[in-house]
Amino acid sequence: MTEYNFAYLDEQTKRMIRRAILKGLAIPGYQVPFASREMPMPYGWGTGGVQVSAALLTPDDTFKVIDQGADDTTNAVSIRSFFERTAGVATTTATSEASVIQTRHRIPEDALTENQILVYQVPIPEPLRFLEPRESETRKMHSLEEYGLMHVKLYEDISRHGHIATSYAYPVKVEGRYVMDPSPIPKFDNPKLGNMAAIQLFGAGREQRIYALPPYTQVVSLDFEDHPFEASKADHPCGLCDATDSYLDEVIIDDQGGRMFVCSDTDYCTARQAAGHKGKDAA
Amino acid sequence: MYVAVKGGERAIESAHAWLAEERRGDTNIAELSLPQIREQLKLAVDRVMAEGSLYDPDLAALAIKQSRGDLIEAIFLIRAYRTTLPRFGASRPVDTGAMDCDRRISATFKDLPGGQVLGPTFDYTHRLLDFKLAAESEVPDAPTREVSSGAVPHVTEFLNQEELIESAPHDDTPPPDLTREPLEMPADRALRLQALTRADEGFTLGLAYSTQRGYGRNHAFVGELRIGAVTVEMDIPELGFAVEIGEVTLTECETVNQFTGSKSEPPQFTRGYGLVFGQSERKAISMALVDRALRWEELGEDYVGAPAQDTEFVLYHADNIQATGFLEHIKLPHYVDFQSELELVRKLRREAGEEQFQEAAE
Amino acid sequence: MEAQTLSGGFDNPAVQSSHAFRNIMEAMARPGQIHEIKGAEPPAPLSIAGGTVLLTLCDTETPVYLAGNADNDEVRAWLAFHTGAPLTGPSRAMFAIGDWKALMPLNAYRIGTSEYPDRSATLIVECAELAASGAKLRGPGIKSQAALSLPEIRAFQSNQALFPLGLDFIFTNGVRLAALPRSTEVA
Repeated sequence: MTEYNFAYLDEQTKRMIRRAILKGLAIPGYQVPFASREMPMPYGWGTGGVQVSAALLTPDDTFKVIDQGADDTTNAVSIRSFFERTAGVATTTATSEASVIQTRHRIPEDALTENQILVYQVPIPEPLRFLEPRESETRKMHSLEEYGLMHVKLYEDISRHGHIATSYAYPVKVEGRYVMDPSPIPKFDNPKLGNMAAIQLFGAGREQRIYALPPYTQVVSLDFEDHPFEASKADHPCGLCDATDSYLDEVIIDDQGGRMFVCSDTDYCTARQAAGHKGKDAA
Repeated sequence: MYVAVKGGERAIESAHAWLAEERRGDTNIAELSLPQIREQLKLAVDRVMAEGSLYDPDLAALAIKQSRGDLIEAIFLIRAYRTTLPRFGASRPVDTGAMDCDRRISATFKDLPGGQVLGPTFDYTHRLLDFKLAAESEVPDAPTREVSSGAVPHVTEFLNQEELIESAPHDDTPPPDLTREPLEMPADRALRLQALTRADEGFTLGLAYSTQRGYGRNHAFVGELRIGAVTVEMDIPELGFAVEIGEVTLTECETVNQFTGSKSEPPQFTRGYGLVFGQSERKAISMALVDRALRWEELGEDYVGAPAQDTEFVLYHADNIQATGFLEHIKLPHYVDFQSELELVRKLRREAGEEQFQEAAE
Repeated sequence: MEAQTLSGGFDNPAVQSSHAFRNIMEAMARPGQIHEIKGAEPPAPLSIAGGTVLLTLCDTETPVYLAGNADNDEVRAWLAFHTGAPLTGPSRAMFAIGDWKALMPLNAYRIGTSEYPDRSATLIVECAELAASGAKLRGPGIKSQAALSLPEIRAFQSNQALFPLGLDFIFTNGVRLAALPRSTEVA
């Protein structure tokens, strides 16, 4: 095949995805089934996010792709070059310059604006899946707002460990109605989901689901009065830019188990270093 | 000093270049041509067409060459290509009764109209390595005989005449299209068969085998297995009639299953059905057994909790492209999730340690 | 075939529909906000915005209901040629287009099911005026409060009460459009 359609997908497929996105926005947190297509990259590697991005990119967009917060992780590089080739869009690593950001496992540290769209790659969109493997059952549970099982699970954690033992893909409730999986972002990122100025779209290719959060949507992380939700991260400043408010990766730096902590959001860290911030491990 | 790793792009390019070199292997050895693959690795080509859901032997051969013989990777290449093809319409249902059979056997009747035709089968070969093949020997021509004229009717039709087997009335309802609509439960038989025909051969085989060993046993006889070419016709509205657009080779298996009756059905034989692109008896028979197992509900049988009876379990896990993608994605970076788990485990251990310390002090 | 049937579509479908969709999406994500879309030149009485929404979202898989005077031979031929969308009545429509009165009654449309609330109709309401004033809007997509000139209020309140079931609306006027999903509270 020599000629691709703009943004790879054929127009009929894009229309189908676009219709699903609109219904997703109209019913925040509800998972809209869509006829996910086979993409030229494996299921589980971002095909849902890629299809959502392909359905919404225009030639005027500036596109950023991050995986684990970083622009230079191999799968982010691969997806970015896919759209450079098939949609001819401009790309960037600067969060503030991007109009569409596709992400796996992180929300950028910088607050997003009304002129931006955040597209999440989602592996398992169903927050109830690990409690109930059957789609036919979980669909019923959502329709009846039967979320007791989820609360029981979280509470069992507390009685066993003293804490809710879910540290990422931490479930949220959207506008008091649907319990939603925020994709495997660390729970540190959960507070950014609600009231965000940007549109958030979630694509699960293999599981054939699209869901959405319009801007300024109420999103609450599930918790209990006596055990309120707590966003957590490694209790260190970034070794490179000294940030104390960003999510950190732990890097092992020598054979003796020496380690340092650095921002997972590479653009955030680079910008801070350029502005003169310096951590204890910086050159 | 720590320097963040950069250069993902260059690393990817180099990896791909290395892959291309490895694919070619030793350049002193002649390169495989697509016709060689198509003609001499035909069963691999057939499997790629069946599970890739695209009947094109040349493209399947290309995919096998490109994937270095990794058939699931080849199926993936075909699927990704297939999804970009424009859709001009749907063919008429093919008539397997009019099949030009290369092979046709029945395990339920010793002889029958149309006869037993062994065809090109591995059955009854002694599985001894044939070292002559290592020397690229010429093959003598196989003996031939006149094609016996006349139709080759389906075995199940004979049983049908006596009403000994459940009837399978003609149904013109357009089948759902798994590749254009999201999979949904409950799935009707047309959708289940569609999913099974492109399902992973190994997965289908394992499930079918499990029914034979008692996990949802359905006592299958191979009523008939036939392999051969059928013509594909398409209605052209502008012309007002159907035209022949090609020929495909199919393997069809109809099982005849024992059935003692249920609350809703009289005692009679029931059916399992398998139909696969190309020559693949293992897949077609497996498909028929799994199809039959999945029909427990419409036949009023008990659900005994067998994996092969569980439509949701079978259909959601039968696709090897979905499965391999998700399975292999765990090699992608997960440092962010892992980091949050690290913090949690450290915290829980710290607190457990403090409690122990306190208990010891008390 | 009439010349009008063949013309009035997108010259560059991939690019034009991508721009149109982005504006429709922004409108649906930010209820009340007015956006401009163009690209289609549909036969009367359809507006450019209404026609562009149809070209962007409809095809052979989406039954469309043409309400009132939107249902004429020119519109039928134009829609069939450019989208292939099958025409249907309100009860099976995924999309409906027409003026507010012609689209009535709202209970004729699909509002989805409790397991699949997305299987509901989207109504494209051709409006004589469209302004960011009038009814007060609150809900997802709206920072504090927005306003939109709605043809009435009570119908949208009843629709919102059905949430997560319900209809979603796109209001069009000339090249402009705004949207009101079922999640928006109207006062």
